[in-house]
Amino acid sequence: MAKTPRTLYQKIWDAHVVEDRDDGTSLVYIDRHLVHEVTSPQAFASLRAAGRKVRRPDLTLAVPDHNLPTTARTDAAGNRLPIEDPESAQQLALLETNAPEFGIRYIGATDREQGIVHVVGPEQGFSLPGATIVCGDSHTACHGGLGALAFGIGTSEVEHVLATQTLLLKRSKAMEVRVEGELAPGVSAKDVVLHITGVLGASGGTGYVIEYTGNVIRDLSIEGRLTVSNMAIEHGARAGLIAPDQKTFDYLKGRPYAPKGAEWDAAVAWWTSLATDPGATYDKVVTIDAADIAPSVTWGTSPEDVLPITGVVPAPESFADASKQDAARKSLDYMGLVPGQRLQDVEVQNVFIGSCTNSRIEDLRAAAAILKGRTKAANVRWAIVVPGSGLVKEQAEAEGLDRVFTEAGFEWREPGCSACLGMNPDKVPAGERCASTSNRNFVGRQGPGARTHLVSPAMAAAAAVTGRLTDVRELV
Amino acid sequence: MEPVNQIDGRAYPFGLKNVDTDVIIPAKWLKTVTREGLGKGAFEALRQDPDNLFDSAEFAGSPILVAGDNFGCGSSREHAAWALGDMGIKAVIAPSFSDIFSGNAFKNGILTVVLPQEAVDRLMEVARTDPISIDLENQTVTTPFQDRFSFEIDPFRKHCLMNGLDEVGLTLARDAQIASYESKLARERGFLTHGTSIAA
Repeated sequence: MAKTPRTLYQKIWDAHVVEDRDDGTSLVYIDRHLVHEVTSPQAFASLRAAGRKVRRPDLTLAVPDHNLPTTARTDAAGNRLPIEDPESAQQLALLETNAPEFGIRYIGATDREQGIVHVVGPEQGFSLPGATIVCGDSHTACHGGLGALAFGIGTSEVEHVLATQTLLLKRSKAMEVRVEGELAPGVSAKDVVLHITGVLGASGGTGYVIEYTGNVIRDLSIEGRLTVSNMAIEHGARAGLIAPDQKTFDYLKGRPYAPKGAEWDAAVAWWTSLATDPGATYDKVVTIDAADIAPSVTWGTSPEDVLPITGVVPAPESFADASKQDAARKSLDYMGLVPGQRLQDVEVQNVFIGSCTNSRIEDLRAAAAILKGRTKAANVRWAIVVPGSGLVKEQAEAEGLDRVFTEAGFEWREPGCSACLGMNPDKVPAGERCASTSNRNFVGRQGPGARTHLVSPAMAAAAAVTGRLTDVRELV
Repeated sequence: MEPVNQIDGRAYPFGLKNVDTDVIIPAKWLKTVTREGLGKGAFEALRQDPDNLFDSAEFAGSPILVAGDNFGCGSSREHAAWALGDMGIKAVIAPSFSDIFSGNAFKNGILTVVLPQEAVDRLMEVARTDPISIDLENQTVTTPFQDRFSFEIDPFRKHCLMNGLDEVGLTLARDAQIASYESKLARERGFLTHGTSIAA
């Protein structure tokens, strides 16, 4: 009898069920666990209090990123510089002692492999297709760009995974978001995912795992796919998935923790078999025409508040439902924008290129291509580039990108989460705007009172050059 | 976790309705690195009053909190349960609880007892002067004055609390199943099983 056709999600789920329980949940095996300093201290403390061990320290990788300042980490003599904020210093110091105490591989603040967990995982070959991957951070969805089932968890679940290498989960519904057609020049993976978020809404993916399909997704580089899947959570999905293919295998082969030799061949055979079967059905299908996607920018305080750069600030009354009208009014008030204002006329004082969404080498190349031979506008007070990892930084420096950035007036920083989330010294001052390649434009996300406009790396570079939100196509 | 069965002692006659988790533990305490020590931040705003219940010589350290309707509403922060546990509270009695809070309390070995408003009113009265007893096995709350109130509890939660089983403990009890999955994984997809050991 022919097997029932299954989706990529169903196949990964089925391969990880330890046991199904009577209450409708399943005990699911976790293949990879990424740990950072902010959501892990209590989990380690509980293990210690209960005298419990980490079940599979070898499937766990710890790296500091959220609180770590992105300024120099050592002095001229190579000595570690102190972290000024005592609470951050304490969280960072605890990760540094917890990891070895529990036998976990720790990539430290001054190691060349250090970076944002979601950049480091794929880069080290720790994140693999078909694997279940968790981290105490909602942007874990990122690793779905490799075809891994990856999602964020809370501190109690971090502890649960450390102790048992499993989680109690209910299976999500499966959604297909199919992007077909040809992307216009100047349109990047970031614009694709911002557009998807605009179409689905910030909660459109709630209860679903989304598989992104179609020729546009297939044609993206691995960096681009990671960018798309990274923001699955911004349209409410538990996780994003992109079917692994030859591009994925080429990206992973030879990376430190990727399978080797005969195991590599076995892995590729299994990964290849994971693609959604013809005839498999999704619980929901959304089709997007690539021709509808423009270089995009957010105007409000939810990632769903997205428009083509050629657009104008919407009037709250233009939204159908009353609660969205109310939210739009509050957003415009916070953002200091008025309906009808051209987005291209909005001045920015800050530009941030970085975050787990857009800090990989391809992102830096895209931004540098716009900045080469240009300088930031006088009204842009602060412009920083924060590579996603030490290895991205090295690669960029080898290509001379750091000089392009610094000659354009940007600061070239050490890897970390930086100005994405206002938990470290990189913050946008109250009332000022930032063209940011990060993933959340929430109220206060980049610092109290900060006004965030989410854009692609090329669009952020363009905004730096002109000092206002800019259609990157004017500069290419 | 400590098994929970008999809880005897003084009870804070608190009684407020709609106490949200911001009241239980304000946001500034979320940058902590342990679950311990949050007791000093618990009910911080209310404790600005020098005559507050929680710091009074008579009640400080009581194992039971008698609260009003909809206790623990608002933010999902697990820190609220951690804070109550840290101040020594082992059970909260109220007419109703927010779902998230009662889940978090359960995960941290704190018993939430739901009783009708009249019973809670009577317990408020007793708590001002005398101790209260909670018997989880028999699902009763009693006072030195012959009061006896029965309460309902999910049998699974009761089992977990009485045996000191947290979710981690429960899953650890499935160790054979997890080990069996790991053996199968090693046979069928060994390439997934190395993690960081591969480069060692």
